[in-house]
Amino acid sequence: MTSRLTETWVYLAQSPLLWLALTVATYAGCETLYRRLGRHPLLHPVLTSVVILVSLLLASGTPYPRFFEGAQFIHFLLGPGIVALAVPLHRELHREQALAFPLSVALLAGSVTAVVTAVLTARLFGASRETLLSLAPKSATAPVAMGIAEKLGGLPSLAASLVLLTGVLGAVIGPSLLRRLRVTDPAATGFALGVAAHGLGTARAFELDETAGAFSGLGMGLNALATSLLVPALMRLLLP
Amino acid sequence: MLRGLAVLLVFQLVGEVLTRLLSLPVPGPVVGMVLLLLALELRLPQRDGLRAASGGLLAVLSLLFVPAGVGVVQHLPRLAAEWPALGAALLVSTAATLAVTGWIAARLLRRPAGREGA
Repeated sequence: MTSRLTETWVYLAQSPLLWLALTVATYAGCETLYRRLGRHPLLHPVLTSVVILVSLLLASGTPYPRFFEGAQFIHFLLGPGIVALAVPLHRELHREQALAFPLSVALLAGSVTAVVTAVLTARLFGASRETLLSLAPKSATAPVAMGIAEKLGGLPSLAASLVLLTGVLGAVIGPSLLRRLRVTDPAATGFALGVAAHGLGTARAFELDETAGAFSGLGMGLNALATSLLVPALMRLLLP
Repeated sequence: MLRGLAVLLVFQLVGEVLTRLLSLPVPGPVVGMVLLLLALELRLPQRDGLRAASGGLLAVLSLLFVPAGVGVVQHLPRLAAEWPALGAALLVSTAATLAVTGWIAARLLRRPAGREGA
């Protein structure tokens, strides 16, 4: 019996199925909990399922690459998911006119704010140079932020983690913060969520409303571009 | 649905190829999104299947970030060592970015008088 159990564990530990199934099941459970408990931002399913899965990896001594062998099948869908943002965006752009000027100003201000406030605050608290270089592009979507961090001499995988933490934080505090600032226009709310918190902000914006989601996708895409153009110049000023 | 998924994957593929060939500073999927937007303006891809495929993916967009999110497990020692700096920086910066972007966009997006929905 014990050897049967050991055999089963050896099979499961080697197979991508275990962590693929656990990732989807954990997320599904966390999402149900989130809806049942009135969508409290601290119970956002990305946050709770990451905490649970990290605990499972640590408890079972599973290295991250082993986990990723299973989870990569979900991760892969991120690419087509980002391409898919064009569909709601196309619909929204036909509803509104004269967006280019307002959105460019908001994008530029937001993108500079994201980099400058993050780097200055972390430097004030004595973060290492490597950490600062990995932190600077944190509001851009993960693949862009990793590329920028690498070019600057930061750590791409640390940048990816900081991007994710930013996304969770933005998705958690964003809607209520914006409401408190009397930002009620779904287009403005969504755009801010996309600029500040990339894809996770966009996923959160889609929960609020279709228009917010579409503008959030636009904000994320534009900030990916703005961050990659701005960060190298800003870092020369901030960290001479 | 299947055709829609094929359209999304082909646009991502073209985006990835262009990013590399032209060494663009943005990732392939973002280039793919822009190209699909242009194609939709020109009424190229078949609409219904695309709507089904994109709707399906966007409904579970949050789930798609979980595998990368769990990657934080590799950086727990550094996060533990530098958490006051990183926590403060992420909180201040994310709140400031949301506030600045949202406030400016909300002020400037107010429709000019006379237009519908102003």
